[in-house]
Amino acid sequence: MKRYGKYIKPYLYAFILGPVMMVTEVLGEVLLPAFMADIINIGAANHDVGYIVQKGLIMIATAFVMMVGGVLGAWFSAKASLSFGADLRRDVFAKIQTFSFANIDQFSTGSLVTRLTNDITQVQNVLMMALRMMLRAPGMLIGAIIMAFVMNRQLALIFLVILPVMVVAITTVIRIAFPRFNVMQVKLDALNTNIQEVLNSVRVIKSFVREEYQEEQFKKANRDLKESGLRAFKVVIFQMPLMMFFMNLTTLLVVWFGGNQILGGIMQVGDLIAFTTYVTQVLMSLMMLAMVLLMSSRAIASARRINEVLDTQVELTDEQAGQPQAVVKRGRIEFKDVSFRYYKNSEEKVLDGINLTVEPGQTVGIIGSTGCGKTTLVSMIPRLYDVDAGEVLVDGINVKDYSLRHLREGVGMVLQKNVLFSGTILENLQWGDENASEEEIFAAARDAQADPFVKNLTDGYHTELGQGGVNVSGGQKQRLCIARALLKKPKILILDDSTSAVDTATESRIREAFSTTLKETTKLIIAQRITSVIEADQIVVLDEGKVVGLGGHRELMDSCSAYREIYDSQMKEEVLA
Amino acid sequence: MDEKRKERLVKKYARKSSQEAFGGRGPGSPGGRGHKRGPGGGRNGMPVKKPKDTKAAIRRLLGYLSQDTGKLMFVFFCVIAGTLASLIGSYMLRPIINGLTQEGGTPRKLLLSLLAMAAVFAVGILAQYLQQRIMITISQGALERIRNDLFARMQKLPVRFYDTNNNGDIMSRFTNDLDAVGDMLNNTVVQIISSVITVVGTFCLMVYTNVWLTVITVVSVPLMMQAAGFVAMRSRKYYQAQQAALGTLNGYIEETVTGQKVVKVFCHEETAQEEFEYLNYDLRDKQILAQFFGGIMGPVMGNLSQVSYSLTAMIGGILCVLRGFDIGGLTVFVNYSRQFSRPINELSMQMNTIFSALAGAERVFKIMDEEPEALDSVDAVALPSCEGHVVLKDVTFGYNPDKTILKNISLYAKPGQKIAFVGSTGAGKTTITNLINRFYDIDAGSITIDGVDVRSIKRDDLRRNIAMVLQDTHLFTGTIRENIRYGRLDATDEEVVEAAKLASADHFIKRLEHGYDTVIEGDGANLSQGQRQLLNIARAAISKAPILILDEATSSVDTRTERHIEHGMDRLMAQRTTLVIAHRLSTVRNANAIMVLENGEIIERGDHDELLAMKGRYYELYTGKKELD
Repeated sequence: MKRYGKYIKPYLYAFILGPVMMVTEVLGEVLLPAFMADIINIGAANHDVGYIVQKGLIMIATAFVMMVGGVLGAWFSAKASLSFGADLRRDVFAKIQTFSFANIDQFSTGSLVTRLTNDITQVQNVLMMALRMMLRAPGMLIGAIIMAFVMNRQLALIFLVILPVMVVAITTVIRIAFPRFNVMQVKLDALNTNIQEVLNSVRVIKSFVREEYQEEQFKKANRDLKESGLRAFKVVIFQMPLMMFFMNLTTLLVVWFGGNQILGGIMQVGDLIAFTTYVTQVLMSLMMLAMVLLMSSRAIASARRINEVLDTQVELTDEQAGQPQAVVKRGRIEFKDVSFRYYKNSEEKVLDGINLTVEPGQTVGIIGSTGCGKTTLVSMIPRLYDVDAGEVLVDGINVKDYSLRHLREGVGMVLQKNVLFSGTILENLQWGDENASEEEIFAAARDAQADPFVKNLTDGYHTELGQGGVNVSGGQKQRLCIARALLKKPKILILDDSTSAVDTATESRIREAFSTTLKETTKLIIAQRITSVIEADQIVVLDEGKVVGLGGHRELMDSCSAYREIYDSQMKEEVLA
Repeated sequence: MDEKRKERLVKKYARKSSQEAFGGRGPGSPGGRGHKRGPGGGRNGMPVKKPKDTKAAIRRLLGYLSQDTGKLMFVFFCVIAGTLASLIGSYMLRPIINGLTQEGGTPRKLLLSLLAMAAVFAVGILAQYLQQRIMITISQGALERIRNDLFARMQKLPVRFYDTNNNGDIMSRFTNDLDAVGDMLNNTVVQIISSVITVVGTFCLMVYTNVWLTVITVVSVPLMMQAAGFVAMRSRKYYQAQQAALGTLNGYIEETVTGQKVVKVFCHEETAQEEFEYLNYDLRDKQILAQFFGGIMGPVMGNLSQVSYSLTAMIGGILCVLRGFDIGGLTVFVNYSRQFSRPINELSMQMNTIFSALAGAERVFKIMDEEPEALDSVDAVALPSCEGHVVLKDVTFGYNPDKTILKNISLYAKPGQKIAFVGSTGAGKTTITNLINRFYDIDAGSITIDGVDVRSIKRDDLRRNIAMVLQDTHLFTGTIRENIRYGRLDATDEEVVEAAKLASADHFIKRLEHGYDTVIEGDGANLSQGQRQLLNIARAAISKAPILILDEATSSVDTRTERHIEHGMDRLMAQRTTLVIAHRLSTVRNANAIMVLENGEIIERGDHDELLAMKGRYYELYTGKKELD
């Protein structure tokens, strides 16, 4: 909780004024019945119209002051809680920007989105409510009790007897109901999952003629939900009658004892009337308190999820960088005995004792079956992950000694799961270099073989891409991603299965462009298709995290059985054709 | 950031829908919201969608309650009893107070009237409890029935319905719309009755107590409504601005965080932060205004009631002096005046709830009214099993009448044969498979199985004879064993393993911690795409259907693994008529016949060697001269 202090500090005045203004409202609410009592006890009893008018005007003025207090309170608490929320969201977003790939994997992007949106909204809403209620509910409770004691000590004792009993009764109801609501939530989630699955799998269900089976499954889940819902509601509906019971009981007791005092001449009737109002106020404020507590428990879960993000240790930083000034100049890459596991405690090594040297300007093809570690291998170069053992050197300097910015600016990488962003094609390409001239952008698009199809679009480079680039085909998207990476003018270019949807003819034109315009650039190409790598200077064959073959195509055909197997699976008949 | 960039940023991410922007209410909770403080707390200003035909929706909803008519009557009785009890109970203070102020009051008299009051209170509490207890049973039961009916109808809807409707949209019928209905059934109806009785009852009691004071209270009501309307209007305006800004920010977050890895690779963190902060603080500024106006509804209305209370206290006091108005009457009257506006406000709020519930109900009923798959014709033949002769003759089809997708397709697949379809996306490959199992009905031509037109075969029988493996690998929550058995519910455990072996899935399943009992969650998120495809193949393998349709069934399996499972696939296909759609041409090489589709027509057909020799479209595709996308 300490960390939240810094979000309160800049708006401290609002955090204080909000509740204070609300107290104005409470004060009025507690005072009004007392004024009313005066009107009856003094004004009406003494037939003093002047007094009544005077008190009445005071009451009306009080009500207006209360309104001003309430409005200002709403303003300050909105200001306080929403500024708090905005600053918190800013910091959570900033924290996510520092996340390493391992951190992102650990949370999954979907869950990060929920934390940034729903969870922060939840905290913010509860905070706002708390600011409005924080002093209000206890204030009214205490205020009403004090007023009651001032008016009539003996009668006020009734509160002290009833209140604890009531608190116990209500917390019991909540305590029983709460776990039952949790059960209901689980059943509800189960039902929704069921519906979601069925919606996604309509074709499967229909083709296997499982409609009735699904209906049975649904009915069962639905019945489960209803029954768990009833179990929870059955308890929670006790709440209101219970509250009514205590309120009525207190009223009866107050009127009984108070009435006897009046009959005995110890008490005035106006006080009794005020007292009945205090009964309502005390019980209402208790209800509000219970509600605030319930809501806060929901916010606590959200706050915990936010804390998880803020507390995440980003291990991959460049604070320890030995040569933060260094930039990638030539693009020589060296892997020395590199091993890597995704989880520190897992047995399986994703990379196991990798040794590899790539000279500047070379083209390296990387091939192997899915899950053999190809992507992981190249991720080590821009330091998306840190090695467990061994080291990766770029231009003879350990990647850990570069500043991350310098290192990644020198390495262009086209990810396997690549995304384009909302905006025009031009804006997307500018990601590679914000200050690139149009000429440079067109040139990069030409090299990536994107220029022809972009020109054919009605708006050309100013075509708006939908979210995630939905309005271009898979192959076109890949070509745009390559162009974007080319604009970085990297010393090392990594293509991770980035031409899988591009036809082979276009792909070979891309390779041709690389060999002329990117002569100086070191190129690493991960591919499924063997034709994509066949002309590379070196081909790395990976299997279960180990290099099982390294060399040119001819060499590997002779020496590497895994390579031959892949080759056969794809090329056997194509060569004949 | 300059102004132009800011403007562009907002424009890019502005969403049309402001509905889900508030983070939603999560996967819905059937009723039971917390108590709302003051009128219009929180959600006011939300645009309420009005139902189109209110009466019809109500009538149909009542249909779901009709079996509980008796209980419902009892609930209404309880509501009336409870409301009256609370009105009477509060009025009873008048004689009691008067008894105390006037001469002749004794503890005995006091005790008697208090006992009477206690009895009224008891009736009120009991009525309130019974009413809630019974109503919750009625409403939860009705909700269960509506959900079941909706789901059952959905199972009967044709594939066309799902192809033309968004899943999220259908899903929200179950969550948001039924939630709204549930809210209404749980609370609103009862509350409306109770509010109406309270307003009318209070008014009568007020008139009975004192006419002059009633006039003052009643005059203040329209004034308060005016004030409420003013605040609500402002609040709605700012609320919309807030929703728009929230939608924009959420859109930005979603896209940026989802693409976080790309952001990092391009060192774009600082730009992202800058853009985020602009949108973030833009939202804050709008939100403060929206929440402020939303938040003052309570204090304004509440304190206007206090003004009304003060006014009646003052004038009532004067009346006591000048006109001999009784103190007891004044006591009950000030309480009424403070409470009078509450039920009126609640009524207006509940009308909103009712409208959105009815609109929700209407959307639910609309799905229930969708045309189901046509019933089998009366003379439809049963076809418990078939040999697998599939013949398409001059088949023409379009999803819309004005756009033909398939033109004059003819082909003959004999039992045990493998027929492959290749061609670019949109050429109509998947459409052909949609027609054979009658996901859609053809416009012209005929499709026969073993010589019988598919339209005259009982639909369930037809589909039981066809097993499909689709590109989108959908699995269900449950164990791997259950998922494979989905293909044939009475399959034994041995048969499940057998099928898994055939699909080369046995190997990886055994390596999982719980083997065949591993629970798949979230559509198989804990498995790789390739593994999920293997499970799909196993699921088809276990069904004994003589016709097999593979639609990109191995697209996510790498070529090496594909070669490993080739043997199993061959065995799977050996006894069956198989129709294959494949992106990767190596998969279809050994087909008996390959159909090259373009723009809905078969432009080339023959086996692999023949087609290559033709040096036509297939040759271009195969040698990679054309992009297959």
